[in-house]
Amino acid sequence: MSSHASHHDHTKLYAGTLLTLLVLTGITVAASYFDFGSANVVVAMFIATVKASLVALIFMHLKDDKPVNAVIFCGSMVFLSIFLGFCMLDVDSREKVSTGKLTWVEEQDREEAKKKVKASPPAGHSAPAAEHH
Amino acid sequence: MADVLHHQIHAASDHREVDYLSDGRGIRDWLYTVDHKRIGVMYLFFIILSFFVGGMLALAIRLELLYPGRTIMDAETYNRVFTLHGAVMVFLFIIPSIPAALGNFVLPLMLGAKDVAFPKLNLASFYIYCLGATMMIGAIISGGVDTGWTFYTPYSTSTNGAVTLTAMGVFTLGFSSIFTGINFIATIHKLRAPGMGWFEMPLFVWGIYSTSVIQVLATPVIGITMVLLGLERAFGIGIFDPRIGGDPVLFQHFFWFYSHPAVYIMILPGMAIISEVIPTFSHRTIFGYRGIAFSSVAIALVSFIVWGHHMFTSGQSQLINAVFSFLTFLVGIPSGIKVFNWVATMYKGRITLKAPMLFAISFLLLFTIGGLTGLFLGSLSIDIHLHDTYFVVAHFHYVMMGGTVIAFLAGLHYWWPKMFGRMYNERLAAISCALIFVGFNTTFLTQFVLGSRGMPRRYYNYLDQFQQLHMYSTFGSWILGAGFFLMAGYLLASLRGPKNAPMDPWGGTTLEWQTQSPPITHNFHDVPVLKHAPYDYRNIPQGEA
Amino acid sequence: MSVAENIEHGHGHAAELSPFQQHHFATAQQQNEASKIGMWLFLVTEVLLFGGLFVGYGLSHAKFPEAWKSAHHHLQRELGALNTVVLLVSSFTMVMAVQAAKLNRRKQLIGNLWVTIICACIFLVVKYFEYSHKYHEGLLPFKAFYSYQGPQVPGEFHFFSFYFMMTGLHGFHILGGIAVLLWVLKRSYAGDFTSAYYTPVDLIGLYWHLVDLIWIYLFPLLYLIS
Repeated sequence: MSSHASHHDHTKLYAGTLLTLLVLTGITVAASYFDFGSANVVVAMFIATVKASLVALIFMHLKDDKPVNAVIFCGSMVFLSIFLGFCMLDVDSREKVSTGKLTWVEEQDREEAKKKVKASPPAGHSAPAAEHH
Repeated sequence: MADVLHHQIHAASDHREVDYLSDGRGIRDWLYTVDHKRIGVMYLFFIILSFFVGGMLALAIRLELLYPGRTIMDAETYNRVFTLHGAVMVFLFIIPSIPAALGNFVLPLMLGAKDVAFPKLNLASFYIYCLGATMMIGAIISGGVDTGWTFYTPYSTSTNGAVTLTAMGVFTLGFSSIFTGINFIATIHKLRAPGMGWFEMPLFVWGIYSTSVIQVLATPVIGITMVLLGLERAFGIGIFDPRIGGDPVLFQHFFWFYSHPAVYIMILPGMAIISEVIPTFSHRTIFGYRGIAFSSVAIALVSFIVWGHHMFTSGQSQLINAVFSFLTFLVGIPSGIKVFNWVATMYKGRITLKAPMLFAISFLLLFTIGGLTGLFLGSLSIDIHLHDTYFVVAHFHYVMMGGTVIAFLAGLHYWWPKMFGRMYNERLAAISCALIFVGFNTTFLTQFVLGSRGMPRRYYNYLDQFQQLHMYSTFGSWILGAGFFLMAGYLLASLRGPKNAPMDPWGGTTLEWQTQSPPITHNFHDVPVLKHAPYDYRNIPQGEA
Repeated sequence: MSVAENIEHGHGHAAELSPFQQHHFATAQQQNEASKIGMWLFLVTEVLLFGGLFVGYGLSHAKFPEAWKSAHHHLQRELGALNTVVLLVSSFTMVMAVQAAKLNRRKQLIGNLWVTIICACIFLVVKYFEYSHKYHEGLLPFKAFYSYQGPQVPGEFHFFSFYFMMTGLHGFHILGGIAVLLWVLKRSYAGDFTSAYYTPVDLIGLYWHLVDLIWIYLFPLLYLIS
C-alpha cells in the first residue's frame, strides 16, 4: 500500500537476514571469549550496530519506506549520542572528586568548620556539611 | 434534540450554522469528544485554572518578600510555595499552554484539515494531563515539595517532601506532552490541505512543528530521570546520590537535557503566535518567511546542545563549561533573525493597534530584554557572579512570562472570536494589556537590579538594604494581578453575549479565517484549497471588528 | 472570503476500500502513512527513554570498571545468547506476518503471529529463570535489596541496579507487546486485515522490531563486555 514494490514475496530476503543476524550473534559471543583490551566495547558495539542496522533496514522496511521515517529514526540516534557524548565529556574531563582528594575550596571549608567547632560549645551547633564524610 | 433544531432555525436567520460548541451540549458530548476544537477548549480551561493557581502562589511569594523575615508565612511554607509556583507554572501551565490549548484548536484549521491525525490519542493525552495534574495536586495535599521545581539531588533524595509523587506527576505529564507532539508532527506531515506545500504553511505551524520535535525527543528523558529519582529515593540505585557512589551533577545533566529544550517548548509556540499576529495587524506580508521558518527549526535543534549553561557553577568540568558557553551564544542567532524579521514586517505596514497587536508589541520589547540578558548569563565569568541570584529569576521571567505568557495572551485574544464566536471589549483589553505591561516591568526590572547586587534567589530572608527594591517588585505584582483579573472579567463577560464575531474579524489570511466563527464540527464544508501564499494581504480588506 | 468560495474538492468520495478508514483522512494510504509516522515518532521516544538508562550505565561503567568486570561473571551468557536467538526468530516471524497481511495470506498471518507470541513467552520464561537465580544469590538491584554474600567488589550493586532496570524495562515492553499481539491476533481471526488495511500489523511489527533492536544492544552490554 505505501509502496507498490513491497507487495512481492520477500521471504528469501527475510530468511537471509535472520541467518545473517544469527551468525553475527555467534560471532559476538565468540569474540567475547577473546580479550581485545579496551577495544572489547568497540568490537561488541560495532557488531551490535551492524545487527541493528539490518533489523532497521530490512525488518522495519526503512530500506524501501518513505525517507521521512528513516530521518525520524536516525534523529533519535543523533540526539541520544549528543546526550551520551556531552555527559561522557564532562565526566572524563572533570577533576576526580570521588577519588577522595579534596579540592582547594573543600579544604578551606573543612578548615573553617574545624575552627568553628573549636570556637563554639558543641550544644545547639549544627555542623556544616563538610564535617560529614 | 429540540435544542439543536431550535438552534438550526435560529442559525438560518443570520446565516450561522450549528457550530462545534452547540453540536451536542451534554457532559458526555464533551468528555468523550474526539473533536480537536473541544479538546483544545477543555485544555484551555484547565490551563487557565493552573495559571490561576500558579499566579496566586506567585502573589503569595511576593507578599511574603515585602519585608525581610516573616511577613505572612514561615520559611518551610515559603519553600513549598515557590516550588509549587514553579512546578505548576512550568509543567501544568506553560508547557501545554500554547501547543495543547491554542495549537489543538487552531492547527488543524490552519492546515485545512478536519481533525488531527490521531483524534483518540489527542483525547487520551488530555486525560493523561488531568491525571498528571491530579498527582501533582495530590503531592501538594500530602505535604508539598520543597526542592524547587528542578528537584536537584542530593537534597531531593534526602528531603521528606512528596518528591516521588511529584516526580511521578511530571512523568505522567510527559506522556501527555509526547502524545500531543506525535499527533501534531503526523498531522503536519500528512493532513495539509491540497496545494499547501511546506512553505505555504502558516508560520504558526512551523513553530508548533519545531516544538513538537523537541517534545518527542526530549520528554522521554525527563520521564526516565524522574523514574530514576524515585527509585534512588526509595531503594538507592547509586546513580545520583553521592552517599552511595552516585554523581549529583549527573542528575543535573539528565534534568537539563530535557528542561533546557523545554524552555524552547515554551518560547517557540509564543514566537509562532507573534509571527501570525504581526503580519495580520500590520496588513503586510511577513518579512523573511523562510528565515523565520528555518530559525524555528534551528532553535529546536540548537536547544539540545546548550543545556550545560545551567550548570556553570555545579562542578562540571571547565572544558565542558567553555563548550556550553560557546554553543549558548548560537541560540542568539536564530532568535535575533526572528526579532528583526518581525520588526521589518511592521515597517511601513498599516498597523492597527487591536488587543492582540498590543500584546505582540509588548512581547517584542519584553522578549528582547529577556533574550539579551540571557547572553549575560551565558558568559562564563559573568554567570559566576549572577548565578542563582534574582538576575536569573528576572531573566527567565522575562522570557517565560514576558515572552510565552504575553504571546499566549496575544493568541488568546487573536483567536478568541474564532473559538467562541464573540468579540470582547477592546477598550478593557487595552487597559488590561497596559496594566500587565507596567506591572510586569515593575515586578521584574527591579529584580535585575536586586540580582546584580547579590540578592540570592529562593531565599526566605534578606538584608535590609534590599527591602526597597523588593517592595517595588511586590507592588508590581499587584498591578500585574489587577491586569489579569480585569482580563478574566471582560473575557468571561463576552461569553454571555450573542455570537457576533464575523468569519474574519482581523483580516487574517490563513485558513482558520475562512470558516465560520465558531467553526462547524468538521471545520470546513469542503476541503479548502490554497489560492494564495500565506500573508498575502492584497485582496483582503483590513479587519474592522 | 466565504466557505462557498472554496473550490469543490473530491474528498470523501474516494473509493473507500476498508471499513476502518477514518473520516478525516482522504485516502487509506494517507491514513497508513500518518500512522506509520506516528509509530516511528513513538519509537524515537522509546529509544530516548532507554537512552537515559544507557547513559547512566555508561557513566557507572566508567566509574566502577572493576565491578563491571566481576559482576558480569554472575550472568549466564548462554541464556543471554539463547534469548537473543529467540528474539531474532520472533522478529523474523513478525516481519513474515506483516508480509502475509499485505499479501492477503490470512493463515500465514495467524501462524506467524502465534510463533511470535510463543517466542516472546519463551523469552520471558528464560528471563524468569535468570531472575530467580539472581534472587537466590542475593544479586538484587539497589542498595536496599542487594545482599550478595560472596566477595564484595565496590560498585557491584550499581551493575545489578542497571541490569535489572534495563532488562526489567525491556521485559515490560515484551509484556506489552504480547498484549497487543494478542489483540492483533484476535482481529486477524476476525479477518479484519487485508492488503487494503493492515496498519495495526505493520505498527506492532515496527514496535516488536524495536524491542528486538534494544535487546541487540543490551545483550553484549550486560552479558559480554568485561
